[in-house]
Amino acid sequence: MTENLSMAKAINLGLQRAMREDDRVILMGEDIGTLGGVFRVTEGLKNEFGENRVLDTPLAESGIVGTAIGMAMRGYRPVCEIQFDGFVFPAFDQIVSQLAKQTSRHQGTQSFPVVIRIPYGGHIGAVEHHQESPEAYFAHTAGLRVLSPATPSDGYHMIRQAIQSNDPVIFLEPKARYWPKGDVDFDATPAPAHQSRVVRTGTDVTVVGHGAMVAMLLDAAEVAAGEGISLEVIDLRSLSPIDYAPIIASVEKTGRLVVAQEAPGQASVGSEIAATVAEAAYYFLEAPVLRVSGFDTPFPPANLEGTYLPDVDRILDAVDRARGF
Amino acid sequence: MPYTEATLQLLSTDGTLVESDRTAEYRALVDRLTDDHLRLFYREMVTTRRFDIEAGNLQRQGQLALWIPSLGQEAAQVGSAFATRPQDTIFPSYREHSIARIRGIDPIHIIELLRGVTNGGWNPNDSRFRLYTLVLGTQTLHATGYAMGIQFDGKVGTGDQSADEACIVYFGDGSSSEGDVNEALVFAQSYQTPQVFFLQNNQYAISVPVVRQSRSPLYLRGEGFGIESYQIDGNDVLISYAVTRLAMDEARAGHGPRFIEAQTYRLGAHTTSDDPTKYRESSEEDYWKQRDPIARFEKFLRFRGESDSFFEQVRQEGEELAADIRRKTVELTPPPMDVIFDHVYTDAHPVTAAQKKWLQEYEASFGGQA
Repeated sequence: MTENLSMAKAINLGLQRAMREDDRVILMGEDIGTLGGVFRVTEGLKNEFGENRVLDTPLAESGIVGTAIGMAMRGYRPVCEIQFDGFVFPAFDQIVSQLAKQTSRHQGTQSFPVVIRIPYGGHIGAVEHHQESPEAYFAHTAGLRVLSPATPSDGYHMIRQAIQSNDPVIFLEPKARYWPKGDVDFDATPAPAHQSRVVRTGTDVTVVGHGAMVAMLLDAAEVAAGEGISLEVIDLRSLSPIDYAPIIASVEKTGRLVVAQEAPGQASVGSEIAATVAEAAYYFLEAPVLRVSGFDTPFPPANLEGTYLPDVDRILDAVDRARGF
Repeated sequence: MPYTEATLQLLSTDGTLVESDRTAEYRALVDRLTDDHLRLFYREMVTTRRFDIEAGNLQRQGQLALWIPSLGQEAAQVGSAFATRPQDTIFPSYREHSIARIRGIDPIHIIELLRGVTNGGWNPNDSRFRLYTLVLGTQTLHATGYAMGIQFDGKVGTGDQSADEACIVYFGDGSSSEGDVNEALVFAQSYQTPQVFFLQNNQYAISVPVVRQSRSPLYLRGEGFGIESYQIDGNDVLISYAVTRLAMDEARAGHGPRFIEAQTYRLGAHTTSDDPTKYRESSEEDYWKQRDPIARFEKFLRFRGESDSFFEQVRQEGEELAADIRRKTVELTPPPMDVIFDHVYTDAHPVTAAQKKWLQEYEASFGGQA
């Protein structure tokens, strides 16, 4: 069955299905029960599953993740919601020093299937700490997997895959894509969650991004096509591990790569892709790999977010520079 | 000195039992202990101390990178550990060596941590003694989450103390200032989890005295969160046993968390990397040596008529344990290099698989000459 849904609703249905299929799946977070979450992603789930499976927790992010680790030790599969990207840092130690390292520390005697959902990214005009892209911190950390869906279909299938994973997953939900609708085929067999995907084929320049940036890249490709430039667009989907095979295959064809992201460029996921492609596809590159990123500054006041965030023009500017070599 | 009006005690420093209305229910529990129970308490305290001294010597001789002594804290640990039931789960900090042994863990596995052989050491699902946790206080939240899992499983408050479960988490006076401990207390009280918070106040966080962590007795922290809290003489193994026993029973019965502050003293250094003479007076150490948990309990047992041969036998067991640990320590071999990659993830992972393969090929390229 296929329905036309927003990503927020698609993730909601993915959570619901995961909870119906496995009663050891527990949702926890701030305002996720009675209110259904500030983005309503968990709406209705407390009514269906009760307050022992959908927990309105105390307001303490380290407490949420730390207790989730304890539940995993007991055999549960907790799914934590961090209300906004900038609020994950009080939980940083529990994520990086505890959750990520527990599997290794336990040497195979215990797995830690904990999902941490984080609405992230800009484009919503919000106050400080509500528009950030913290993915590099988690992609840098061994022991974690980092996923970010770009479409309602991936929202539905990837949240289920994240919950089925026996490893900790940081699940980054692009706020800017919560409300646009797209088709979701509930019965489809999804691709493995760690696979990147070519979402538009092209021949001149490869452009890569994740989350909300994918729609921006597709818009840029449309504009470029009007100017006779053919962009191949790749949706990363997984930021750790990164599936390089489609990226390298594409670069072998186009010889040019632009990586776009909302996050600051310094020590970013885009930097890692640039380095890896330079190592793996050096002889195919006709131009340096270029990054289009947020600036290396704090996220600015929302009035300036349109200037701060990479847009179609900044992407096409990089495409032009890549083609200029 | 750290004892207050609230401090519960059964065994005075001269080895005689203290009569008090406040401790009557604890005294009743202790009166039910058999001679064999009491001998076991003594045996665990003495042999662990001997192990502890041997491990410190091994560090001084370059066999261990570091040692974390528990000297002086044996009564708080042994008494509370024997208060748990086999189905209960224990979340240690990193100094609970006697408790590990009581839960059947060969202390060589603790040595392995300090010799750089492993970051884990044992299977916590077998022993229900979780792994040591080195980032202070983080384990309190794990215990609270685990206790919430006990609630989800319906394994609390059924009225059957032989089946219901609880957990106990150990932490210290330094850790009590960590945010995680305070968040754990919030969650525990909010969800009424079946767990006991056991704070070993050994008076120092490395070099910083407890007064820097708190101007009021630390058991009041628990009370501040609305949790029933007790301050005990942590160098009295009998009160440690009895108060923890009742607190665990209450937790298992579904009456929510309990908080115990055990007043004790770290007779040695925080770890072998520090020097206590820089931050405390010898007169203070003398005060606490007068309150040594083992000496006190030995007097008690002698008053009860325990024979010299028993004490000699336990001393001999300690020597044998020390010799066994020394032999096993020097025989430890480095882990295979695959340990770097194995179990970083549970499910197959392309990066660790590729890097493991690369390292194997790189090492093999030297033809065994590396």
